[in-house]
Amino acid sequence: MAEIQLNHIIKSYGKARATNDVSLTIKDKEFMVLLGPSGCGKTTLLRAIAGLEAIDSGTVTIGGRDVTNVPPRFRDIAMVFQSYAVFPHLTVWDNIAFGLRMKKLPDTEVKKRVEMSAEMLRITDYLQRFPAQLSGGQRQRVAVARALAMPSGVLLMGEPLSNLDALLRLDMRAELKKLLRDAGATTVYVTHDQVEALSLGDRIAVMKQGVILQCDSPLRVYDHPVDKFVGGFIGNPPMNFLRAAGLAAIGLIAPPGYDLVGIRAENLDSFTSPMSGALEASILVVEPLGSHNLITAKVGDEFIKVNTRAELMPEPGSKLWLKPMPDKVRWLK
Amino acid sequence: MKGLKLSRVLTYVGAVLMALWILVPIWLIAVSAFSTRQGIFDFPKALLPNPFSADTMSFFLGATNVLPSAGRSVVVAIITIVISSVIGAPAGYALARFNFRGRDVFRLVIVSTRAFPIVILSIPIAVAYIQLGINDNVFSLALMHCALALPFTVLVTSSVFAGVPRDLEEAAETLGCSPLQAFMRVVLPLALPGLAAATLFTFVLSWNEVFASVILTSRNRTLPALLVAQLDESPLNYKYAGGFFLLAPSMVFMLFIRKYLFTLWGRVSR
Repeated sequence: MAEIQLNHIIKSYGKARATNDVSLTIKDKEFMVLLGPSGCGKTTLLRAIAGLEAIDSGTVTIGGRDVTNVPPRFRDIAMVFQSYAVFPHLTVWDNIAFGLRMKKLPDTEVKKRVEMSAEMLRITDYLQRFPAQLSGGQRQRVAVARALAMPSGVLLMGEPLSNLDALLRLDMRAELKKLLRDAGATTVYVTHDQVEALSLGDRIAVMKQGVILQCDSPLRVYDHPVDKFVGGFIGNPPMNFLRAAGLAAIGLIAPPGYDLVGIRAENLDSFTSPMSGALEASILVVEPLGSHNLITAKVGDEFIKVNTRAELMPEPGSKLWLKPMPDKVRWLK
Repeated sequence: MKGLKLSRVLTYVGAVLMALWILVPIWLIAVSAFSTRQGIFDFPKALLPNPFSADTMSFFLGATNVLPSAGRSVVVAIITIVISSVIGAPAGYALARFNFRGRDVFRLVIVSTRAFPIVILSIPIAVAYIQLGINDNVFSLALMHCALALPFTVLVTSSVFAGVPRDLEEAAETLGCSPLQAFMRVVLPLALPGLAAATLFTFVLSWNEVFASVILTSRNRTLPALLVAQLDESPLNYKYAGGFFLLAPSMVFMLFIRKYLFTLWGRVSR
């Protein structure tokens, strides 16, 4: 059992609070993604779980054991670094075996585990090479293999894919998802890439300026953002935000206290002639994306992005009528 | 465009002049050290010694006191290396890894110790050494050389350690290492070439050091001190041979450690 509990974690650098009273429970075998822009405290939180960062106050519990003041080597964790942190003076084999040998596992067990995780990451052919003889993607695999070989209940990953080029990242993402599900460890995964977060996580904790704004399943975070920041950060294109007052005309009345409406680009039905319950918009840009078109338009003085089907190809400057799907309208403060 | 070209030409002219400033004396010494006794007085000089002769060098090495002094120089250098590494390398590591209050000031202070001319310090130091009864002794001279070498040791080793990413050390710690084990198993192997370079630098510094050696030794002279003491009374070929003998190790070592000296002020990790 490796449930992670973070209780009121505070860490300051000088006057700035990297994490401001963060509490989070990550269930056993759960895949938790910490998502946020750079400087939001997600990496600090990860390093606090690893024990690489001393926190100012709060407690870290792993598997029911308070490890707040326990050094990394006694924490039952394995970690993958953004820079890979593969040891350049050791062969791939020795890199993967490094932690197992430190844990004084018997040689046969070390061999078994190294070979197993090398096979999982398909680097068996490179075992005798040095990291300098590998490509970035292969080094990344070594780093993951080294972490997976460890008999630890918690796997920590700090932006492991962000140094890979786009195509490789896509491949590796899918592969990681399968590997990590099979590995069955409690995983904490840090990223600033919302697509990665949506595709990998059981739950996503969206962070900003040292606090967790929302912690929910990917669908819930995508569909029901708690505020403008979450809605704008997740999804491509970002969620549209319009003043609630403007929607009264088409019969959408905001509940008291809410003055903003959030609606995603794919949740607007578009028509080329006037419709009741639709907003009139003037088209600024049409971007054909193959599967659909992305249209940027103006409703009154507010910009809005809309996905339309690929066959609908209006001219810039013409009008479009947009009808929000009622069950997809999100009222925000 | 034209102005840019002119400044480029001037830069190159300046660089060539500076290179000549250093290289011509070295060339002069090297050619003379391998010429015959008569060849030393030839003018103009040939680019390479002609005829090539080891007579001058063997005459020098056979002279009284030269080999014992050279031996003492090596002993002093080795003691200097040991002491300055033991004290300097940890300081270098701390400068490279820890962002402590006053780090930049500390760095500056280290450099500024080199601003005190040894000439001014030498008299009080000599007096102190004599009062303590530790003058004319290889160990106490090595102590002095340590004081001279330490600023370099600290700065060079700090740039060496800064070149080993912090991530590697942290990765080792997550893989079951204590901080000391992480240092021994990961940082040290990776820093070794750079540390070796720092060691060579210290060797050269001690090997070539004249002033403190002259002041602090009398009977147990190191080689540079011996040569300086005999400068007035020795023949020209002896001087050239001695000069070359002192020069040679530095030249060879500089080739090896060049790239580390360039990164003396290199990046410092967080």
